[in-house]
Amino acid sequence: MEIVKPLVQLLAALLLAPLLPGVINRVKAFFAGRRGQPLLQLYYDLAKLLRKTPVYSRTTTWVFKAGPAIGLAALAAALLVMPFAGRPSALSFDGDFVYLIYLLGLARFCAVLAALDTGSAFEGMGASREMQFAVFSEPGFFLGLAALAAVTGQRSLGGMFGVLTGDSWRVAAPVLALLTASFFIALLAENSRVPADDPNTHLELTMIHEAMILDHSGPDLAYILYGAALKLWLFGSLIASMVLPSHSGAWARDAAMFLLVMLGVAAAVGVTESVMARLRLTKVPYMLITAFAFSALALIFQMGR
Amino acid sequence: MITRALLLVPLVAGTLAFLLRSDAARRALLVWTARLHFLLTALVTYLHLGPGSDPGEPGWFAFDNLGLLFLGVTSLLFLGASHYAVRYLELEKRDPGEEADGGFIFNNAPEAVFTGCLLLFLAAMTAVTASRHLGMLWAAVEATTLLSAPLIYFHRTRRSLEATWKYLLICSVGIALALMGNLFLGAAGLKTGAGLELEGLLAKAAVLDQPLLKAAFLFLFVGYGTKMGLSPFHTWLPDAHSEAPAVVSALLSGALLNCAFLGILRVSGICAAAGLAGFTGGILTLFGLLSLVTAALFMVGQRDYKRMLAYSSIEHMGIMALGAGLGGGAVFGALLAALSHSLTKAGLFFTSGLVLAAEKTKRISEVKGLWRRAPRTAALWLAGFFLITGTPPSGVFLAKFIILKEALEQRHYALAAAFLLSLAILFAGMARYFISMTFGEREGKSGEKPYVEEPAMLLPAAAFFVCVILAGLYLPGWLGSLLAGAALNAGGKL
Amino acid sequence: MNTFAELIIVFIILIDLALAVTGSLSSCIKLVALQGVVAGILPLLAMHGSPHFRAVAFAAVIIALKGAVFPWLMMRARDRSGARKDVEPLISYPASILLCLGAFIASSWLGSRLPLPETGVAWIVPASLATIFTGFLLITTRTKAITQVLGYLVIENGIYIFGLALFVEQPMMVELAILLDVFVAVFVMGIAIFHISREFDHIDTAELSELSDWRRGEDGR
Repeated sequence: MEIVKPLVQLLAALLLAPLLPGVINRVKAFFAGRRGQPLLQLYYDLAKLLRKTPVYSRTTTWVFKAGPAIGLAALAAALLVMPFAGRPSALSFDGDFVYLIYLLGLARFCAVLAALDTGSAFEGMGASREMQFAVFSEPGFFLGLAALAAVTGQRSLGGMFGVLTGDSWRVAAPVLALLTASFFIALLAENSRVPADDPNTHLELTMIHEAMILDHSGPDLAYILYGAALKLWLFGSLIASMVLPSHSGAWARDAAMFLLVMLGVAAAVGVTESVMARLRLTKVPYMLITAFAFSALALIFQMGR
Repeated sequence: MITRALLLVPLVAGTLAFLLRSDAARRALLVWTARLHFLLTALVTYLHLGPGSDPGEPGWFAFDNLGLLFLGVTSLLFLGASHYAVRYLELEKRDPGEEADGGFIFNNAPEAVFTGCLLLFLAAMTAVTASRHLGMLWAAVEATTLLSAPLIYFHRTRRSLEATWKYLLICSVGIALALMGNLFLGAAGLKTGAGLELEGLLAKAAVLDQPLLKAAFLFLFVGYGTKMGLSPFHTWLPDAHSEAPAVVSALLSGALLNCAFLGILRVSGICAAAGLAGFTGGILTLFGLLSLVTAALFMVGQRDYKRMLAYSSIEHMGIMALGAGLGGGAVFGALLAALSHSLTKAGLFFTSGLVLAAEKTKRISEVKGLWRRAPRTAALWLAGFFLITGTPPSGVFLAKFIILKEALEQRHYALAAAFLLSLAILFAGMARYFISMTFGEREGKSGEKPYVEEPAMLLPAAAFFVCVILAGLYLPGWLGSLLAGAALNAGGKL
Repeated sequence: MNTFAELIIVFIILIDLALAVTGSLSSCIKLVALQGVVAGILPLLAMHGSPHFRAVAFAAVIIALKGAVFPWLMMRARDRSGARKDVEPLISYPASILLCLGAFIASSWLGSRLPLPETGVAWIVPASLATIFTGFLLITTRTKAITQVLGYLVIENGIYIFGLALFVEQPMMVELAILLDVFVAVFVMGIAIFHISREFDHIDTAELSELSDWRRGEDGR
């Protein structure tokens, strides 16, 4: 039974991930006074896209076709090490948070390569912006995970969230609060949410992430959309595990609580998007540097404790 | 009782000056407050030095020899300044102000503000000299900054405004660091309950936490050193001293810088009692010498004679810090330097106001042949030059000589050489300006109306100069013992 | 209770960082006020046992002064001077925040080196030193006269927190005198800003450079 549980968790993550963008959209619609899309819109989109035949430009090579598939594979593999409700994850080893970051990097790298492969000016621009922000966001994220490792004294993600309990919050509340804030900013930036990017934009000049995937169609686009949902789930579960460090011991109850908090995180993202305007492109690095500063502060606090 | 009166008289008078309507009444108030303050100072000095009476009122405000010395200087200067200021204000009222080198008309600040701030400034300086609690000392020093800022901005011109802003900000921030030093000092005595009162700190100096005490000294030195105008924290000083009205420059240079020096002496006295005299002495000597060298470098090529006087003040602050740093007998020299510099520099600033009134410019190159236009002013100007550069006989000479002697006795030959070299550069640099201003050929100024020299404005400077010469010839017994006692208070030996 | 005090300390550091990146003058003023209020609350938390009346009254005075009077004076100075609404830094915001962060790292190193008495609340010494440094940062890298006054206030906040950390008990009179000085300083500086804006039509201190021994040009003839 204990062997099955991690697999069930993984399966749940893979299945439930597309729900999160739906929740975010509903929250935004609520704030805007609209009814909004159905909650399951992304599932419908994916089903539709998977049935379609992709269209490839003659200038593209195999890189363009491989990009989305590799990206999705990398994100799915990253999900393996992500704990679920403080339970051991399917895969866990010392230093697996570095593995997580590298897989995220690989996914991004493939998306950027595929975008560049089209030779389109807009996609190149989107790719360049994506990389520029990644330069600022990755150090902060990495530093944050390192600080978390220092707080918990564990070197695997499963271990870190396994020992993170209410007591840790009582002892190290400032550090954990800073880290949560830093991760939340990383979530917004990495998933092209509002202060950094606008997922709903229709003007190529202002796009970042969306500009990169303009030429993808059919199953390739489905892979990218699904991959984006997985990434959102990944970051969301990171934050959910931070703020919900209680373990009742009962698997089902923990899992239910965890899913509730995930919904809460998605709602928080929706609220953030509704109340904030998108930052000017030149200001986005400031936000990411702020996240870096939070992580760095948390690490300093932890080191001097 | 007298201490309290000394503090309250200028405080009440200052408040009153804001309320009075009539200019004449306000001027009378200024002069009579100064006289009363001086009388009270003389009385408290007499009681202190007199036979068999030194109980010293316990509390936050009381006088020891060191405080009394600086109080005396301040009070005497203020007495002279008040007489000068009254006449000055009358003249300012009569003629509309004209920017000395810009040629446009400006307004003056309301006289009530000027007189009121002047009197409150005196109250704050009195509080500095009387404070026995270092926190109170800090508060009083900061108060002097804030109360003198409106005085610098008496002539409402852009230049004086710029000077006021720099003065306010640099000194406030500097003094904020001194507050930090106070906290360190408190922490140093936390375990032994020494508090921040001088008596407690001096009594328990030996058991204070030494690293914290060092940190405290550094912060207090930077803080009060900024206020004192030691290089490299001096940048505000030439601006403020050159743009303020002459009477304010005289008080800033002669009295206020001393107050900051007193702050440094208080804490270095504690450090000396704690056995850190080597540490504090090194720092004081270093920055003293640095100020001296800076003043010498900037003196060459000055164009503005009030700035020149300001740099001369930096020089003397350097000499005082140097003397305090050398310790031993040099502390006596430093205190004598403080006394004679204050009187001489105040006299020079008073005279510079007359030069400005006569020539309507602050540029050295445009003042020539002053002795033809204003012979008595020119005589004072030249006399002041000889006194301030330490030509014997004068208190300044005596002070420099004592400090040099101590440096040689302690075998600091390089230091002594640098000291003498800087003094020589300063002498040569200043001589050029003073001589060209006094004697140079007067050209193209035939049609100007004669300049009336006001005796009331000449007299304070002349009196101060006579005092300085007398101090160089003969130190009265009471003054000698006051200085000696003050040197002991500041951690020196005899 | 100490965890709460630590949270406040973290909050103070975050305000430092925010001050380093904030571009708007009015939010700068608000942040400084907020920091003052938070610092004013701190002694009540760090205290053991029930707070006595004197401490509460003093904290109330500080909070009222820093939270209401100073921001009001500053806002008035800003409105009267007709200054532009942003702070116009001399260095870029990322550079500011990195400097601030570096200052915090240096302060924590310094805080661990200083032989200070045990404070009970972690991070209070580095936080105060970093706050003082932030004040210097505001003074030196922002051109407006108002931001320089704000920098002065931030330094004052930092020193106040430092004083709390060291448990240096000063008599009430002295504390009040210090507070009065700070109040008068802000007041006088506010008046000076008003005059500067009237004389020069701006409050950009980088332009206040008529008096200098280094500029030879126009004055030398």
